[in-house]
This record gives sequence, C-alpha cells and structure tokens, in this order.
Amino acid sequence: MSDLILMQGNDAIARGLVAAGCAVAASYPGTPASEILSSIDRWRKKCGATMHVEWAVNEKVALEIAYTAAIAGLRAAVSMKQVGLNVASDPFLSAAYLGVTGGFLVVSADDPGPHSSQTEQDSRLLAMMAKVPVLDPASPAQAMSLAGTGFDLSEAFGVPVMLRPTTRVCHASQDVDAPPFLPSVREARFVKDPARWAATPLFRRKLHDRLAEKIEAIASWPATAPIRVNPGGSPAKAVVASGVAFSHARELFGELGISDRIALYQVTQPYPLHAAFIDHLLETYAEILVLEESAPVIEMQIADRRRVRGRMTGAVPGTGELLPEIVERLLSRFAGLPVQGRTLSTGGGRGRRPTLCPGCAHRSSFYAIRKAAPAGIFPSDIGCYTLGINLGAVDTVLCMGAAVSQAAGFDYANRLSGKQVDIVATIGDSTFYHAGIPPLIDAVVQGARFVLVILDNGTTAMTGNQPTPGSGIGAGGEITAAIDMEGLVRACGVSFCRTANPDRLPEFVALLKEALVHSRERGVAVVIARQPCAMVAFAAGGRDPGAIAITAECNGCRHCVDRFECPSLVFDEAANRVRIDEMTCTGCGVCVHVCPTGAIRSA
Amino acid sequence: MRRAVRVALIFEREHLVGVSGGKRNGLRQQVVLSGVGGQGILFLSRLLAEAAIACGFPVLTSETHGMAQRGGVVVSHLKVGGFDSPLVRTGRADLLLVLKEENVALHREFLADGGDLIVNAPIRPDAGSGVRVHAVDGDALALSAGVPHAVNLILLGYAFARIGGGEAGGFFCAAGEIRDALSRRHGGSGSRLAASLSALDLGIAHGTW
Repeated sequence: MSDLILMQGNDAIARGLVAAGCAVAASYPGTPASEILSSIDRWRKKCGATMHVEWAVNEKVALEIAYTAAIAGLRAAVSMKQVGLNVASDPFLSAAYLGVTGGFLVVSADDPGPHSSQTEQDSRLLAMMAKVPVLDPASPAQAMSLAGTGFDLSEAFGVPVMLRPTTRVCHASQDVDAPPFLPSVREARFVKDPARWAATPLFRRKLHDRLAEKIEAIASWPATAPIRVNPGGSPAKAVVASGVAFSHARELFGELGISDRIALYQVTQPYPLHAAFIDHLLETYAEILVLEESAPVIEMQIADRRRVRGRMTGAVPGTGELLPEIVERLLSRFAGLPVQGRTLSTGGGRGRRPTLCPGCAHRSSFYAIRKAAPAGIFPSDIGCYTLGINLGAVDTVLCMGAAVSQAAGFDYANRLSGKQVDIVATIGDSTFYHAGIPPLIDAVVQGARFVLVILDNGTTAMTGNQPTPGSGIGAGGEITAAIDMEGLVRACGVSFCRTANPDRLPEFVALLKEALVHSRERGVAVVIARQPCAMVAFAAGGRDPGAIAITAECNGCRHCVDRFECPSLVFDEAANRVRIDEMTCTGCGVCVHVCPTGAIRSA
Repeated sequence: MRRAVRVALIFEREHLVGVSGGKRNGLRQQVVLSGVGGQGILFLSRLLAEAAIACGFPVLTSETHGMAQRGGVVVSHLKVGGFDSPLVRTGRADLLLVLKEENVALHREFLADGGDLIVNAPIRPDAGSGVRVHAVDGDALALSAGVPHAVNLILLGYAFARIGGGEAGGFFCAAGEIRDALSRRHGGSGSRLAASLSALDLGIAHGTW
C-alpha cells in the first residue's frame, strides 16, 4: 500500500487550505465548486482544527465573512463558482483596494464548456479588473499545493489572491501525496485603521496606487514564475499554457514527439504575468502559441501581435472548452505535423435530456401550475427545478433570484398594455434565501400581481444537497437555528402565504387557483410547496418499487409521458402503452392523478 | 541582453506535476464509463481508481457533475499509468463500459480500434467493426437478484470475466483487487459489502460460462 490517496480536485483544494492553516471558510454551493466546503469541514474534523466553516446565504455574504477574518489577521478562504463571483463582485473589488493582513484566498471555479452554468465567463478577467493576482492550477495535485502558495502570496503582499480552478480540475481525481496539517496558532487581532478599513474616496485613490504597486511587485515574485517543463535546446517556437490546457499539452508533447522542437511553458500565475517572462518570450522565440481557458488573459499581456497566436488571433477557438482533441490539432499545426486524430463529432447526438428525478415533488408542482394557469407566464430560477422547462412550466431563467423580479417585470409590462395575464413564478428554497427576498419586498411595495411558488425541498439539491438556512443544520451537520419561511414571507409584506404538499395533486391545484384569484385582485401571493427532496428521502430507504401498476385501460395517449415526464413511466412503442420501470420507480403515486383514463393505479 | 540571460535561468527549470512511476512500468490504460444519472458511474470510476492506486499506478479520472446528474448522460474518464490530461481523446480508450445501451451510439467514438465494449443490453448491439462487443442483460440480472442498484458492479464483474485483468493483461488489475477496494470502502464487513461482492460475483459468473 502506498501513502498516496485518491482525491477529487475540490477535496485536494480543501486539504491544501486546511493544511496551510485556514481558520475561516465560507461558501455558497455551485457546480463545479460545491464539494470544496464540505471537504474543508471533513479535513477540519480529521485534523482537529478550530475553524469556522459555514454555508452562507449567498456568495457576497460568504466573501464578506471570510474577508473580515483575513483583516483580523487569520487565514481565510471563500469558495464559489464563477457565476457566484458576480454576486460577490462588489466586496471582491473593494477588498483588493483595502487589502488584508492575514492570507485571503478567493476560490472561483470556472466552467468552460459550460457543463452546468449560465455562462462560460473567465474569473481571471474579473481578477484583472479588480487587480487581484490569480493562480491557475493544472491538476488536483497542483491545486492543492497552490492553495498554500496562495496564502503565502496573499500575506507577502497584503492582497486577496484568487485561486481559479476549472471543471476539469475540480472534478478530476488523482492520486496525491497530501501535505501534513500545520496547527494554526494565530489569534484574531483586528488593528483599527479607519483610513484603510473604512476608507473614503480620497484614501481609495491612494489605495488604488498602492494596489498597482503591489501588482507590479507580484509580477516578479519567484514562487509563481512560469516554468519551462522541457528545458534544453534552442527551439524557435514556444507553447505557453495554463490550467488543464497545460496538462493536455504536456501529455501531447510526449505523444507527438515534439519536446525537442518546441519549448513548453506552464503559467501558474496568469495575472499579473511575470514581466521578465514576457521579455524572455519575445526575446527568445519567433513564434508563440498560447493555450488557456477561457479568455485570452495571458495572451493579452504578451503584446507582440505578429508572433503570438491564440484566442485573440483566431488560431485558438474563441469559445468553449479546450478539449485535448482541439489541443492536439493546434499543436500539430503549430509543429508543422500532419493533423492526425479523429474529428470531433457528437456521435449519436446529445443523448437523453436531463429531467427531474423519479419521485421529485417539483414535477408535481409544475404539473399543478400548468393545470391551474394554462395560459400563464412562468418565470423561474437557478436549481434542479430549471428542468421544469421540459414540462412547459419554466419560461425564463436569468440568474439567482430573478424569478421574482421577472414576475414583477412581466406584470408591469402587461399593465402598461392594459393586460392581465396569470403569472406563476417558481424559486427553490435555497435560491429564495440567496437572492429572492429583496425582489419580493420590492414586488409587494410596487403592488405587483403574481403567484410565487417557493419549491421547498429543504435542501440545495442541484449541487449535492447542502443545507439551506431553513434546514436547521450547518456545514458540519451541527444543529443551527432554522429560518421560519412563512414568517419571513409574511414579514416581506405578503398577505397570502399558504403551505402545502404538491404531491397531493388535486388539493395543490385548488390552492394554486385560490392564490391566482388573490394575485389578480390583491397582489403577490406566495405558495410554499413543501416536500423533501426525493434524492434524500429515497436514499434513506423510502423507495417502494412495485407500488404502482398500469392497468389494461392504458390507451397509449402519452399524456403522462409527455406532460408529467417521470423517467419511471416508459412508453412501449411496440405495445402502444406505458409501463413502469421498476429499476427507478419510487412508488410516490403522483402519476395516479395524472392519467386521464385512470389506467395508473396503486397496486 | 544581460536581463534575458538572467530570466532564462529563472524560467528554464524542470518541475513536477503529479506524475509518478508505476509498479508495472509502462502500463497505460484508458477507460471510459458511460451511463445515466443514478446508475453509479462515479462510484464505479472511483472504485477502479482506488484499486489502481493500491496497485501502485498513478491515476487520473474526470467526471461530469451538475445538470447531467438529473437523469441525463453521465460519462467518466479513467486513465491509469503516466498521464497528465484527465480526459480521454476520441479513438483512444482501451475499454468502454456502457451502463445504458442507448449511450453506445453516443460514446462509441472514444473506443480505440481493437478495443473492448462492455454493454448492459439484452441483445448484442451493433457497434460497427474493429471492436470487440460483450453484452449482458445487467438490468434483468439485477432485478432477479433483488439488487436493482447494483447493475454497475454486475457489469464490472462481467467485464473482468470477459477480458481478464492483472499480470495476464486485460484490466490493469485483477478482480481480487476490486474486491479489496470494495472492502476498504465498506469498512471491511457488513451487509452492504456482502451485497456489493455478490453483485460483482454475479457479473463474473455470467461472463465466464
């Protein structure tokens, strides 16, 4: 047995943070970053460290909590996905000016591809705008070691540091040699300095100058300098790569046999790019190819447009993931080799579309919403329930919390045209706490007319079932205070707030109709659809296969398959009827109410 | 010019990024596992990765999470031996394990010429020429054995029986090393371990007759 252990990138980042003495960690879940915080808590317990670890209500709050620990002298980290950094951008930019005294790491995980995100944006660009140095790991092992390097860099210059892994680092797993834990012996000690910590615009201008000086100094910090991984010889061409694109390139350099002909450099600190490295590149090489995801952050810092090829020159595709097939093509062309390898194809198509899980109560809610408001407009939000789009009950998805503001916006727009259309917005419980409360307050004050259905499954299901402020448990499973959602909704000024189980379909449809009447006459109505997440409930042994049967009355009308879309209802084309897939059926029984001919029965 | 010489000394260094030597030198195996959400693809790839580490091989895996989990396609890449990139390129996989037959069309192109396709299907599907196809009705076996969620291990056992593993070739490790990895996962005993081992054995039995 070796000492190496298999670690997912996120787990490795967490280990790196805890091992380097991180004392405060906060996060809001988002793929591909979600596992970082739960892993931090696991490593915290394993090494017996005294830490504050929390799932915050949103990314802005998470960043502010961790940042504050860092200005009190402790090492602290906040983790999120790239879209979450948008939510946290306000304190992020300001924190760069004020700086830190303890080490502060902002882990923002990007999703080139994008596999499960609204955007493909590159967090490094936001770091550039904020003038915050970025570290760009190429593998789980490197992400782990850069977590420690990031704290060192942050403390050496008194700035926040961004660690920017991508999906292929976060969700790759690798055998790694984990560093030992260093016991943290620091005490929180905030030194008052209002000119800095509460700086007014006059001082902010000076702080900006100071930050610019720091960035210039960081551009020659030896520990994060780019490195040529195939030294020797005097090739005329160089490939400069960062992140997982470097890993693809390094493997391909071996396979294509081009190591002696082309220099390969890894950049671990894409911003600020080391100034001497830029000089070195331009003085040494006739041609330079830059491989990075997603935006041309390194490329734009190497100023020579005639010799540098990359995303800006069109040599590298301007959007999407740099898959190894693409890197192979680019390297072959750059080396003057014939372009080998199969072309990328989508094979037999994209495969089955994702759908809500069997037994998921959101399916009942969406089915009921379409029953109650057949001609309605349905704004929705970010979470599993975005999949309600398949059921025709999700018309818009913009960003966290926008279901509520968009519902109001549709009502105002219709009102200007003298129209009233039923509007039923849906939002998950976690998303509601994250960004749904301020727009709800706004809608009540403005007299907007819509029904808001809060899909309360008691968890953040999309990202792996992290707790919400209503769950009453914390990041480490400890008991916390739980927010009373009904009380919160009423305190926002909503007079109609009723809670029901959407799996009781006929009653739930009746309740929605009642809420719609209220919304037309008196403004916002809130219905809380409360039923635990099926993934949690049925993982705990709540599954009852064989509870549901299709009788001979099934006439193959497809209503249940097309409109209810439960994966356990399978249409048998040959027999022209539906059958139950016992491999997946949970026995929830909601489909019994869906069949128009009564052919689905509880067995 | 003096500056250029100095910086060359800084940047021209070798460094190590997570690649170490394996016990069986030169072994490199690339596996793609494909299925839909809920079938245990990620469990299977972690199990194989842990077995690889126990055998002394460096290992890289890459998973798809998030939206794809909700009943959509899940694909996992496993690379055993000296690799840097976590992704398998098309036409490079030695082995393709497909837990949902409809995914054959989707991921067939990962398989190298002469590679093995192991698929959960009642009838041997058409996968074109140049690859060996091994089909087993894992769903029916799992249902009749009363373990509907163990199709992944049944298929893995079947794969070991068909292509072998360990020093003799085939898989990078032997089926016994998978048993050990399962035992470590389940803490060495208990009914879950027994159920997992019997699912693995059920697959092995069906692949050997």
